Amino acid sequence: MSSQIGFGLVAAIILVSALFVVRSKNLIHAVLWLAVTLIGTAALYAQLNAPFLAGVQVLTYVGGVVTLMVFGVMVTRRHGGAEAPAESDSDEKGFIFATALFVVLALAIWKSPVPLPVQAPIATTNQLAHALLDDYLIAFEALSLLLLAAIVGAVVLARRRDPDPVSGEEAGAAAPTRSTTEVVP
Amino acid sequence: MTLTGCITLAAALLCIGIYGLVTRKQAVAMLLSVELMANSANILFAAFAHFRGGASAQVFVLFALAITVAEVAVGLALVMLIYRRHGDTTLDLASEAKQ
Repeated sequence: MSSQIGFGLVAAIILVSALFVVRSKNLIHAVLWLAVTLIGTAALYAQLNAPFLAGVQVLTYVGGVVTLMVFGVMVTRRHGGAEAPAESDSDEKGFIFATALFVVLALAIWKSPVPLPVQAPIATTNQLAHALLDDYLIAFEALSLLLLAAIVGAVVLARRRDPDPVSGEEAGAAAPTRSTTEVVP
Repeated sequence: MTLTGCITLAAALLCIGIYGLVTRKQAVAMLLSVELMANSANILFAAFAHFRGGASAQVFVLFALAITVAEVAVGLALVMLIYRRHGDTTLDLASEAKQ
């Protein structure tokens, strides 16, 4: 019974803050509401007997991704502030589409027979470590390569081009037709 | 807390993310909506790990987390690039590839 109440509370927090994420006019507020959503998800993981996932969620998402997003908003906002422009005319269409999709998904979920939960042994962090570094070691290493490639790619994409020694202009701005991913030596 | 409840929660979160992705025009706001959708998939993995057993599903959540972080890094780099070129992050401006 108490787990039902806890789940309802966490689900309400997640859904309400997610609605604020997509409706906030101020982008900084939207990012902070996303942090609330992610913390609520971490609480849900803790309820689902996955304490390690809850910790990783708080560390990487709330600590890393949200900080990165705040930087992204503050670096790219215009001088007038972080206010988002008026919502597009696809507002009603998006609402109708999302609601219809949810109705279809909910019908499918509630109509389909859910298999009875097996009384599975709770996966401890010890078992998780063995699975991660034993059964899925190759995928783990491939993931580290993917992260390295993503970091290098992000740096190459976002770095400011060195000024051209001849004209003194930025290479990226001077030649709009050339590939933006090209590395200027 | 039931498996059906968790799946319904994940479906609702996915639909909220889709709503944000369709209605927003700012690139950072669209990235936030993508985060919501990835989060709903993670909730599904964790719920099935709890109700069906096994540590493998939790490993999948860890992999999905890392991939999402990589996606955010590259996405924000692209946002910086669009902002530097157009002075705004509205994604409708980034239409050079059409020409």
